[in-house]
Amino acid sequence: MKELKYPFNVEYLIKNKKKIKKELLQKEGLLEKNIAILGGSTTSEIKNMLEVFLLNYGIKLTFYESEYNKYYEDAMFGNPELDEFKPDIIYIHTTNRNITLYPNMLDEEEDINKMLDSEYEKLAKIWDKLSDKFGATIIQNNFEYPYYRLLGNKDVSDIHGRINYINRLNNKIYEYANNHNNFFINDINYLSSCYGLDKWSNQFYWHMYKYALEVPAIPYLAFNLANIIKSIYGKNKKAFVLDLDNTLWGGIVGDDGVENLAIGPEVPSGQVYEEFQEYLKEHKNLGVILNVNSKNEYENAIAGLNHPAGVLKPEDFIIIKANWNPKNMNMKDIAEELNLGADSFVFVDDNPAERHIVESSIEGIGIPEIDTPENYIRIIDHNGYFEMTNFSKEDLKKSELYKDNAKRSQMMATFDNYDDYLKSLKMKAEITTFKPIYLERISQLSNKSNQFNLTTKRYSLADIENVASSEDYIKIYGKLEDIFGDNGVISVVIGHIKGNELHIDLWIMSCRVLKRNMEFAMMDELVKKAKEKDIKTIYGYYYPTLKNKMVKDFYDLQGFTLENEDEKGNKTYKLNVDSYEEKNNVIEVER
Amino acid sequence: MERKEIFERLNNVFRDVFDDESIVVTDATTSNDIEDWDSLEHINLIVAVEQEFGIKFNMGEVTTMKNVGEMADIIEKRVK
Repeated sequence: MKELKYPFNVEYLIKNKKKIKKELLQKEGLLEKNIAILGGSTTSEIKNMLEVFLLNYGIKLTFYESEYNKYYEDAMFGNPELDEFKPDIIYIHTTNRNITLYPNMLDEEEDINKMLDSEYEKLAKIWDKLSDKFGATIIQNNFEYPYYRLLGNKDVSDIHGRINYINRLNNKIYEYANNHNNFFINDINYLSSCYGLDKWSNQFYWHMYKYALEVPAIPYLAFNLANIIKSIYGKNKKAFVLDLDNTLWGGIVGDDGVENLAIGPEVPSGQVYEEFQEYLKEHKNLGVILNVNSKNEYENAIAGLNHPAGVLKPEDFIIIKANWNPKNMNMKDIAEELNLGADSFVFVDDNPAERHIVESSIEGIGIPEIDTPENYIRIIDHNGYFEMTNFSKEDLKKSELYKDNAKRSQMMATFDNYDDYLKSLKMKAEITTFKPIYLERISQLSNKSNQFNLTTKRYSLADIENVASSEDYIKIYGKLEDIFGDNGVISVVIGHIKGNELHIDLWIMSCRVLKRNMEFAMMDELVKKAKEKDIKTIYGYYYPTLKNKMVKDFYDLQGFTLENEDEKGNKTYKLNVDSYEEKNNVIEVER
Repeated sequence: MERKEIFERLNNVFRDVFDDESIVVTDATTSNDIEDWDSLEHINLIVAVEQEFGIKFNMGEVTTMKNVGEMADIIEKRVK
């Protein structure tokens, strides 16, 4: 929804949030989650705004809100209402108003260190307690700077200064974050500096209503928080689709000629585009892939991308669509060729008319409302499309993976028989029980996979850790490699054991490896593991969503028999373990 | 600005904030007359009114204002 993109029309949002909420609740297929907000100041409007932003991401929240400034009591001593609520996420909204011990000028260094430890320990105890008790994901504010400096500029360097003190306290929080997996920082220190600290900490709102930030700043806070949460649940964007003329360079390559484009260090406008290209290129290292969608002759587009001062070269892109088709058609083609949902793209185009046509035909696509080139980076960046929460090493290689896939398609064209093609790939798989190094990737995959996903059950990292350490589950992952490269972990199956039955809770596979018979290799292994545990019957479930039609007959193909189907299309299948026949004959499997 | 215009604009703000098209505010309207008007919504209402008229209420004003009429008095003085 346009109103919920950065930069915001705060006036509109505050007045119309109820209307917006009603409208967003009409959407289908919302993911439902419980969030507990434990506040050290008033949180009511934070809750309202967060609700709206997350609905826009397809996540419907149910809230628990602690009583005013009862975050510590709720966390440490519990509370029946909170216990029963079973939060998936706990957000701790503390601010510098909640710091109780500050140094004064007479304190020795040792005293100050003690104060600092005591403030930190108070928080760390809360986090440990909450994660032990609920296994929930925790999001914690860091501390914003105070709005006055008793020591003036020395406040930042002197150990008695509050700015110095807050920086040290924040560093301790970051260290905790770096050592704990389900713990994320909501960086209000950065947000308040972007917003303007004097405005952010408008004292009117504290003294009147006990809000630790001014109410018009709340959409920025809530949006930032929503980006963390949507990222945890796998709703980040995955790829850029970029226009060329006046987006990646100044000027129109077809009219002005390559030599007259504004790109490179000579003139201010060239510098702006150069920096923008650098910014985009850095995304490749985060696993975000780059594509082009431009109205141009193909040769001109390539010539522009080969501009000697350009940072992005043709080989940095996976798909380049430079033609005269409508851009929404090109968008759909790109999505199809990459096997990605069209809503996983960020489309960057300087032309509002092009943005409009793409936006109105592709629901959920990210389209920043960029204005002038010097603002491109800020506007894209502050929209938080690629918020990093669980970064796995696989992400680093994503561009290569997509390139490898393009090579495989070329090779496939040279075979008449599909089995021969599969054999020629010399595929090797590792299929075995969950290992600690892959848990992060497994959780990520469970949140990202929409199409080849039988039950669309989502697992946070904490959930996966629970499954991994329990004997009540059979849980396997599959890694697949071939002559063109290593695909990494691309399939996960989790089933829970009930007597001599196994019920499959999760069956997912990345669409990168569709039609490679990996699903048969996985089932072979699952059945083997089941036999080792004396399982006689395996039950499989298919729950239809808007996106997983491709697997509606999955269990039929695997040799299961249909037991039951309800009016919504939910299906239950059954397999007698003893009658199972192995199906994989093209992948060499290491257990 | 005419008092009539102030009330028209106030009325729109109230309808938006409380998402209720049936609201008609008068000089005598108080939080007792509107169901959702609790202390938390009051904050949002104040912010929305400030933004509508491009003014800022100070703490003294917000704490002493007793009804919509008094709110309109302050707006009237400020925007002249």
